[in-house]
Amino acid sequence: MRANELQAIYIMWMRQMKRFVRSRSRVISMIIQPLFFLIFLGVGFRNVQMPGLEGSFIDFLAPGTVAMAILFSSMFAGVSVLWDKQFGFLQEVLVAPVSRFSIIIGRTLGGATTALIQGLIILIISFILGVRPSSIPGLLLAIVFMILIAFSAVGFGLVIASRMNDFEGFQLIMNIIMFPLLFLSSAFFPVKEDMVLRTLSFFNPLFYMVDGLRGSLIGTENSIFSPFMDLIVVIIICVAMLSLGSYSFSKSEV
Amino acid sequence: MNIVETFNLTKRFNDLTAVDHISFSVRKGEIFGFLGPNGAGKTTTIKMLTTLLNPTEGTAKICGYDIVRDRDMVRQSIGVVFQEPALDTMLTGRENLDFHARMYGLSREERTTRIEEVLKLVNLVEKRDTLVKYYSGGMKRRLEIARALMHFPKVLFLDEPTLGLDAQTRRTIWEYIKRMNKEEKTTIFLTTHYMDEADFLCDRVAIIDHGKIIALDTISNLKNAIGNDVIILSCSQPTDLRKRLEREDWVKSIEQHNSSLTLGVEMGEEKIPIIVEISQKIGVKIKSISVRKPTLDDVFLHFTGRRIRDEKDANSSLEKRSSFRRRGV
Repeated sequence: MRANELQAIYIMWMRQMKRFVRSRSRVISMIIQPLFFLIFLGVGFRNVQMPGLEGSFIDFLAPGTVAMAILFSSMFAGVSVLWDKQFGFLQEVLVAPVSRFSIIIGRTLGGATTALIQGLIILIISFILGVRPSSIPGLLLAIVFMILIAFSAVGFGLVIASRMNDFEGFQLIMNIIMFPLLFLSSAFFPVKEDMVLRTLSFFNPLFYMVDGLRGSLIGTENSIFSPFMDLIVVIIICVAMLSLGSYSFSKSEV
Repeated sequence: MNIVETFNLTKRFNDLTAVDHISFSVRKGEIFGFLGPNGAGKTTTIKMLTTLLNPTEGTAKICGYDIVRDRDMVRQSIGVVFQEPALDTMLTGRENLDFHARMYGLSREERTTRIEEVLKLVNLVEKRDTLVKYYSGGMKRRLEIARALMHFPKVLFLDEPTLGLDAQTRRTIWEYIKRMNKEEKTTIFLTTHYMDEADFLCDRVAIIDHGKIIALDTISNLKNAIGNDVIILSCSQPTDLRKRLEREDWVKSIEQHNSSLTLGVEMGEEKIPIIVEISQKIGVKIKSISVRKPTLDDVFLHFTGRRIRDEKDANSSLEKRSSFRRRGV
């Protein structure tokens, strides 16, 4: 790869970081939503008994909200290509003597980094609320999961961006696809004991993300598969989403 | 030497031919204008020349590089200012330039000196650390021109550079365009539907209508084609008068537009009494008559039979354009 391409990847990434730091209101609202889930559900249901729930509810909930924060903000980062399309900036990027591949890498790295920062903020807040990681290797594996979730969702965002021309469609997809998938992913309540929910969740890509994140971060009492099994599935999802995303991106604008 | 050459360049969108087998060349160092009404195919041509669209048929060479086969070399040799602003408004002026410089692989030293240089050229040095969202329309345009110059392009493409700007700002932008053509020796290819703009800036002009080039020459030659003077008159029975005047051999061209006639002639002042005499003879009443030097507007009328800003035509071509855009062009 030429030095030129690395420069381009770097500046595409840097641009996202600068925009991230400067759009404070957007960042705050993206952090606040999962935070409300964590605090209100976590504190409100702290003594609740559910079938299939081992240990405290907030320990169960923390990985779910971290996954939610990363998923939503990296999907948004992927979809924000639409913004560049509407404001014409995409043309400036596309006439540059840089390969499409580098443009996609820069864009994806930028989006994933900002999402990861938001996920880490939620994670740290959950530690403050009393959640404790099971072990240091577990925590590291959890971070690997967070990275994979971020990249998969950016890829999904890119797919959506290439199929749509405005933002109303994005809201619709968030509300009728992402929310149900998230609720059925065991992010907020266990699905272990209910055979229907449990079977359904096997077809839900978000389930493996949440299950793996929970297994590595908190411990395997509440997860269905072993974290390594989840890891393999999530890696496959991630590769598929990224390839699909970059394929759609490179096809959408000639 | 020709720096841009097109060979039967064609673009079709489904059954609509936006650009229809056009062949022309732009000489090194000149300001070349592409003049035509909205929807004539100007933007589509620029998008093909700047590698954003692939031609359906034919091709073009820029600095000797083929626009389809040597995309990267073409991209390296050109600068583009698009019709719609293409700046990141969340970045400052300097950051926008830095983004561009890195995308084009400029080294650290090149970046710092060049950013200063181009900012000076468009008088934006004091504004460099202000976020672009606080810039005025004219400032944004100037920044885009500066940015397009960052990587020392051999050819600069400007798509409607003064669209939507007020009269005074347009003047300043024109000055900058002239200046970078002179100081940076950049060849400039611009599209416009403003006659006065092409008149003021361009050395040579191609007139494009419905995707075809209908005239291409220096401005003075185009004007000479319709005569040194233009006589405009309005009268009671324009059709009768037109038919009668068409028989006079000193009338180089004649166009009828509603109740007015536009004539291209030599030595216009001397022809006025002759015209008045003729019209009295056939009983046509002249309401007003005037002589002036021809403009590109007259040239356009002469070659197309329409004025460039015909209301009905502009509307239908606007529709055409927005349907291109919906296809993600």
